[in-house]
Amino acid sequence: MIDRRQILIGGAALGAATLFVPSLAAAQATGPKRLLFVLLRGAADGLGLLAPVGDPDFERQRGVLAEDFAGAPKIGGMFAFHPGLERTAAMFASGEALVAHAVASSYRERSHFDAQNLLETGGASAHALRDGWLNRLLGQLGTPRPTGLAIAPAIPLALRGALPVTNFAPSPLPDAAAPLLARVGELYAGDDQLHALWQQALATRAMAGDSAGGNLRNAEVAGTLAASLMSGPGGAGIAMLDLDGWDTHANQRGALARQLRQLDALLGAYRSGMGEAWGDTLVLVATEFGRTVRLNGTGGTDHGTAGAALVLGGAVRGGRVIADWPGLADAALHDGRDLRPTGSLEAVLAGAAAAHFALDPAPTMAALFPGRQHAAVPGLLKA
Amino acid sequence: MDQSVIAVNRFGLGARAGEPLPAQPREWLLRQLSAFDPRPAALAGAASSREATGVLVGRLQQLRQGNARPERPGAPQAATGQPMSGRAMSEQAMDASGMDGMNAELAALPAPARNLLREGRERFIADVGRRGAVALTSPTPFAERLVHFWANHFTVSAAKPQAAAVIGPHEFDAIRPHMTGRFADLLKAAVLHPAMLVYLDQFQSIGPNSRASGLAAARERPRGLNENLAREILELHTLGVGGGYSQADVTEFAGALTGWTLTGLGRRAARDVGEHGASFVALAHEPGARQVLGRTYRQDGPAQALAVLDDLAAHPATARHVATKLARHFAGDTPPAPMVARLEAAFTESGGDLPTVYRALVDSPEAWAEQPVKFRQPWEWTLAALRATGIEQVPAQRFTGLLNQLGQGAWQAPSPAGYDDLAASWLGPDALVRRAEVAERLAALVPEDDARALGRQLFGGGLSEATASAIARAETPAQATALLLVAPEMLRR
Repeated sequence: MIDRRQILIGGAALGAATLFVPSLAAAQATGPKRLLFVLLRGAADGLGLLAPVGDPDFERQRGVLAEDFAGAPKIGGMFAFHPGLERTAAMFASGEALVAHAVASSYRERSHFDAQNLLETGGASAHALRDGWLNRLLGQLGTPRPTGLAIAPAIPLALRGALPVTNFAPSPLPDAAAPLLARVGELYAGDDQLHALWQQALATRAMAGDSAGGNLRNAEVAGTLAASLMSGPGGAGIAMLDLDGWDTHANQRGALARQLRQLDALLGAYRSGMGEAWGDTLVLVATEFGRTVRLNGTGGTDHGTAGAALVLGGAVRGGRVIADWPGLADAALHDGRDLRPTGSLEAVLAGAAAAHFALDPAPTMAALFPGRQHAAVPGLLKA
Repeated sequence: MDQSVIAVNRFGLGARAGEPLPAQPREWLLRQLSAFDPRPAALAGAASSREATGVLVGRLQQLRQGNARPERPGAPQAATGQPMSGRAMSEQAMDASGMDGMNAELAALPAPARNLLREGRERFIADVGRRGAVALTSPTPFAERLVHFWANHFTVSAAKPQAAAVIGPHEFDAIRPHMTGRFADLLKAAVLHPAMLVYLDQFQSIGPNSRASGLAAARERPRGLNENLAREILELHTLGVGGGYSQADVTEFAGALTGWTLTGLGRRAARDVGEHGASFVALAHEPGARQVLGRTYRQDGPAQALAVLDDLAAHPATARHVATKLARHFAGDTPPAPMVARLEAAFTESGGDLPTVYRALVDSPEAWAEQPVKFRQPWEWTLAALRATGIEQVPAQRFTGLLNQLGQGAWQAPSPAGYDDLAASWLGPDALVRRAEVAERLAALVPEDDARALGRQLFGGGLSEATASAIARAETPAQATALLLVAPEMLRR
């Protein structure tokens, strides 16, 4: 459903040149589709990610947090990216990224644990489902079914479910010596199950290449690693990465800037790493809920409700902020403290995923996020 | 595998270096049910549930009041385990702490929240170390496996960091003492322990028509009924999915549970109802009778939830659910129906007497199938590898990190359902390489070992020709030991 108050911001500010010249990547998009889901665990502050600098209450409500946006270029006179999101803003400017703002999942309480459970399972309430929406999305795709991959030491809930998925993460464990690995391979030769897994493991490691030795906490490394595991003919079709540390209850200004620079490095490195496959790639960035509009007593913000989500990729109809903007006036806030949710995060995720994989939106929404009032958001990707 | 190897690996936690295989496997297993020590020496230093809950409550109150006092410098460091004889892994031996990322996150939190999480984490890591120490040295490894089984059945996870400090006490005080008793008592102890009350938000559930609800409405944060605990008890702990309960049963049961909370959590009218730091606050209890699964509960106060729990424990669906999970753990991912029926009957006919169920388990031929029936989860493999190399002392921090790196942190299940007991969840390609990496490091700690002799000792004549020959042809003794630790015989049970 498109609300009549829905505002699409960006086109006018960006100018015709960026809007009508298709990106090189999009023009070459012919390969298998890729989806990377980045979960910002800990509740990333959407108002800090993309600030509504044109809102009349912005400076009053945000206090010191507003200062970061003093010189930031405005989008449509209304929004500005955090200066730490340099490469993301460049992707937005070139029409490869959009932001859905004032969105929230159907969760309305304030527990990270339950909110992440809901966002990962896709259930209408926390703990209602035991499998994850990305695993169910795999089930919606035809054969040959793409590989599901967690770029993490363990498979997160969003990817768990009936279909087998794999995982990979650089390990702080010292690499085993090559002679041992060779002999383990020989030892498993007569064991069909272990032999197949061992071959797959070595192939994934080889694909990860030099980034295999890095640390996922280095976001640039994580982005490069994700790209190396997802590009090429054997690359994973659906992958997931976590970035944690977003729970900025204190000293948010510095902490959030660090976090956003990390996210920016990840997205930038991933885009570079995907090369020509970027045209066939969709990146969804979401968090479990937003944060309070006003600062608390320790220079931070507390658990809130609505926030922002990013949709990036060569085929995204980018350069837009999609929001039914609720406003930051005291009376407009949810529970008197949070950005009021006016859009459904699940509808954005399902709408983008359905368009990307050419799936029927309504059944896709019902399969990934059952029991919601909202329909999958249309028009997020180029037709 | 012959029966002694099955007893030690499938039922137990893996053979230990230097320990002979049991001559009478069934008797060896059954003897453990009476020899089991709920509070072995390795747990002597663990905090009591009441103490750990008290610390947690103090922090929660600081958070609520928002008037945190400055912290005393030099907060006490958590102990890292008891001195023991046997081999030790040094702090430096395994560079894989795995929890370092928390530090950056902690820095962004206000002091009371930071201290709550930091202290919780320290206690948690020390308790993980204690859990490991017990498992590596216990003379009753079958019973210890059952402890791990029940702790997973009644999962309390550090995925919710606030619960971290009380997770160890939950296993030590609620699971262990009741593991060889009646299921009804185990159920009540496990789900009404402060750890579970925090983990599933029960501690702040308030009856909509209670007096506390009226008071809360007048305050800043209105709160009401929280159904998490009620739902998970029905779905996970007792009846199971498809156990025949409705949403109305969940809501009614949640109403019966209102009032159960943490001792000392800012309410004067609390009545201490357990020995472990749980209290009942009548003010928050939903007044009136409740209807759950067609029965009416007219009890007043804490007795109402206890009565529901007693009936749930005796419900036929519970017997089937528990029987199925036990059979899956000992006879394979797809549990054989006749064995499930046998365990179910033992459960029902004995009134939920768990040793009776365990005896039926040991007497089930399906659990003695010659071929391996289970792929070892990371936790199980880590214990088996450490026991095989005779390493008995692992610093708590390293042990915690090692398990995280292998993909199954202790007490860190991603949801209240606990860790899956299915090979598909653990048989990841990357997981195998990580085991090889860990095996190489462990082998380097015991360079003098002769893997050929060790293999014979651990598996009797059961070592496959492929494994025996790979070990015999290894370039170095350490490589041979590493190969033994990741051999198919070690990965499955």
